Amino acid sequence: MLFNRKHLLGLEELTAEEIQMILDTAVPFKEISERQIKKVPVLRGKTIVNLFFEPSTRTRTSFEFAEKRLSADTINISTSQSSVVKGETLVDTARNLEAMKIDMVVIRHGASGAPRFLSERIDSNVINAGDGWHEHPTQGLLDMLTMRERFGRLAGLKVGIIGDITHSRVARSNIWGLRKMGAEVGVCGPPTLVPGHVRELGVKVYPRVEDVLAECDVINVLRIQLERMQSNMFPSLQEYNRIYGVTTRRLRAAGHDILILHPGPMNRGVEIDSDVADGPQQVILKQVTNGVAIRMAVLFLLAGGKPAGAAEAASMRE
Amino acid sequence: MDRLLIRGGRVIDPVNKVDARLDLLVAEGKVAALGQSLDAPEGVRVVEAAGKVVAPGLIDMHVHLREPGREDEETVETGCLAAVAGGFTAVAAMPNTDPVTDNQAAVGYIIREAIRSGYATVYPVGAITKGLAGESLAEMGGMIEAGAVAFTDDGHCVNSAEMMLKAMKYSTIFDVPIINHCEDKSLVGGGAMNAGLVATRLGLAGVAAESEEIIVYRDCALARLSGARYHVAHLSCARSAGIVERFKAEGVRVSAEVTPHHLVLTDAAVEGYNTNAKMAPPLRRTEDVAALRKALAAGVIDCIATDHAPHHYNEKEAAFADAPNGVIGLETAFPVLYTELVLGKVLSLGALIEKMSPAPARVLGVRGGSLAQGQIADITVLDLDTKWSIDKNSFYSKSRNTPFDGMQVTGRAVATVVGGRLVWELGG
Repeated sequence: MLFNRKHLLGLEELTAEEIQMILDTAVPFKEISERQIKKVPVLRGKTIVNLFFEPSTRTRTSFEFAEKRLSADTINISTSQSSVVKGETLVDTARNLEAMKIDMVVIRHGASGAPRFLSERIDSNVINAGDGWHEHPTQGLLDMLTMRERFGRLAGLKVGIIGDITHSRVARSNIWGLRKMGAEVGVCGPPTLVPGHVRELGVKVYPRVEDVLAECDVINVLRIQLERMQSNMFPSLQEYNRIYGVTTRRLRAAGHDILILHPGPMNRGVEIDSDVADGPQQVILKQVTNGVAIRMAVLFLLAGGKPAGAAEAASMRE
Repeated sequence: MDRLLIRGGRVIDPVNKVDARLDLLVAEGKVAALGQSLDAPEGVRVVEAAGKVVAPGLIDMHVHLREPGREDEETVETGCLAAVAGGFTAVAAMPNTDPVTDNQAAVGYIIREAIRSGYATVYPVGAITKGLAGESLAEMGGMIEAGAVAFTDDGHCVNSAEMMLKAMKYSTIFDVPIINHCEDKSLVGGGAMNAGLVATRLGLAGVAAESEEIIVYRDCALARLSGARYHVAHLSCARSAGIVERFKAEGVRVSAEVTPHHLVLTDAAVEGYNTNAKMAPPLRRTEDVAALRKALAAGVIDCIATDHAPHHYNEKEAAFADAPNGVIGLETAFPVLYTELVLGKVLSLGALIEKMSPAPARVLGVRGGSLAQGQIADITVLDLDTKWSIDKNSFYSKSRNTPFDGMQVTGRAVATVVGGRLVWELGG
């Protein structure tokens, strides 16, 4: 079976088989990052533009590492240096990039649907690196890879997502991806930050963080953004930590071993306490490592690489 | 002045309870005679209407002509041409132009432009507050003198209850409707579509129906308090219709309009981040569409208005949240509604004509809506048999932002007479 998609816009549109294929393809690519010479030539001659309309360090760097390890030529464009500040529209930006004969675009944008918008107007492959509140598919995939490494499976896992669900693209990609792979997903957060219709996505809503910790094998702790407090979504960071913070005390009370994920960057002492963030149950840095492998797999597959050929590609030396 | 004989059509005049195959003679800008086998006097132009419907000209009480300020999107002339091509003989123009239609001179300018272009009649609607800022009352008296027929800050809700009450009280001097765009701004926030499952999935900020209901209830209560004539613009959800029904039953002078898109589409039309399905108020749920249809048929909602809102294509060519609200509707309203509501057995043809002609005339207090002898000869001829596919590239409007492009429809306007002049014919 081939990976027949031209773009990666979200996990909602992928089948379980396609998700499985990306996760499986990432495994041999992970080994490349362990080598002394961390490079294979599978994307040699391909030009990739990393188009970041929102500030991002982790995701942009992770994509750039993945691209360079596959020998692609990369250009980074971020908002501050783009023509957007001069009033150029997204479609004009896209047309200009296209005119420069690029092969792939990795886009991060503050507006939900921006990657899809781009994909409908240009010939290049488009990869969503996070759009508004919509999806962050590679984050969802790296989260799943990290969970699968620990448990050997995704089916049957109970995964809780804690925090600002409404504004989280990570939450949506986790919900779509995990449910397709047979996991159960629950969410927990202040009612001001949990959309009323999330149950219709097949998700359980937990009112108390203690309940989600008691039931779940994995917890994905989302970053709380300061501006949410300023817009009265909750009264203070201290109160957020008091009611929804993932603390050692709460983890101990849950009475079983829970895997802790966090997409970063963390607000220590707010959504997660430092001793949990640095503790034995967290896999936060493993997520970062897996992020590069997932992005290599996605780039490879979208460029026409065969899933079965991933190991072969990985064995190639520059 | 044209003399016309519209011959052999099925004349439907809901006000005068006429539905018969008749000839209609137009002279001196008025309906001169209505009867069977009328003679064609010398020099009269004959419009053959056999197999067609002859109805009072449609009246759209809610359009945006964009002039002055955004002539790249629409002008009074192109908007009026689009109107007559859709069977409308008169339109009411909203005041959110640039500069705002909030004074006598601005009202006069629009009327002059409409007369100069020579298509549909335009009734300017003045702003309630200066600059639509919601802070101080605009000179209603001066605007009425110049020809304004109603007042609204459309595009914006009058959010202050105090300001709304003052506007309503003041409007009773002239007994004209105060129209409100009912959306509580503080609840709308950055909302881009209906709050619901589709918004949750697409990661778009939702606008709850309650943002409309709250203002509709508040305004109805203020209309009761002030005794003003109050009109709800583009009502979009089931419970708002329930509120209007309740206040009407109390005897409060409230009326309401609904758009073709809110009668036909749901928030599912936004799938794929379709910016041509982005409007304020947003497209709602299936239950709302059903309730709006029921309320329209029952007379709770008085009339249909398109909220024709042209936008240049490159403005809609944007990420969903960044795209402007609004869709055009003058050239699609009748075919879409005939197909969905009449052929769909929601309304009779006579009832649809009533909602699109006499009813808006009554709400605005303007002429038209009747084909009785001596009435102004504002007439539309409709072909109910033609099946066709809506093609946005064939529009007379300067803009193309329609959610109905490609829709298979039945029926369309084929000739339009305004003030006794044949101003438009299909293929003419």
